[in-house]
Amino acid sequence: MPMPAADIEAMIKAALPDAEVTIDDLRGDGDHYAATVLSAAFAGKTRVQQHQMVYAALKGKMGGTLHALQLTTKAKG
Amino acid sequence: MTDANTHERIRLDVQTNDVVLYMKGTPDFPQCGFSARASQILRMCNVKYKPVDVLADAAIRQGIKDFSNWPTIPQLYVKGEFVGGSDIMTEMYQSGELQQLLADKGVATDAA
Repeated sequence: MPMPAADIEAMIKAALPDAEVTIDDLRGDGDHYAATVLSAAFAGKTRVQQHQMVYAALKGKMGGTLHALQLTTKAKG
Repeated sequence: MTDANTHERIRLDVQTNDVVLYMKGTPDFPQCGFSARASQILRMCNVKYKPVDVLADAAIRQGIKDFSNWPTIPQLYVKGEFVGGSDIMTEMYQSGELQQLLADKGVATDAA
């Protein structure tokens, strides 16, 4: 069941209000996205922790509804 | 939730093998692009690793996600520590960080 990019962005921003999010639909099927997320909340966190924060924001959608999300995260500020 | 037996099987696997890659399919026949990339990266790093095909074991497929609190496959473990999935492996490989981590942890390379 594909997931619209706007929903992904909204969920990430709900959890990380300062986040700058860019999303590319890799295959146009709503199931394979690449996303870059910048947030001050990532400061001092390892990459794994940063990605886990984004997955938490997606409330269990990752790996189920959303099959593939190629994620790049960066601390901001 | 993961049953204790599955959790223990995973714990033992990552403790007793220097490098473990939980993937979909096998290195020769990966069943998913991200798993293929992950095994390719390890091949390029020239390290011996234990591949675990999660498609062949449903308990492990769910159990590994609970074990690391990471929702997707593949998952890389080096000396018992969760390193990341395909994205993080790619980023680390491109920056040389993965090669450095393997060297720092004293993982033997395949090159004889």
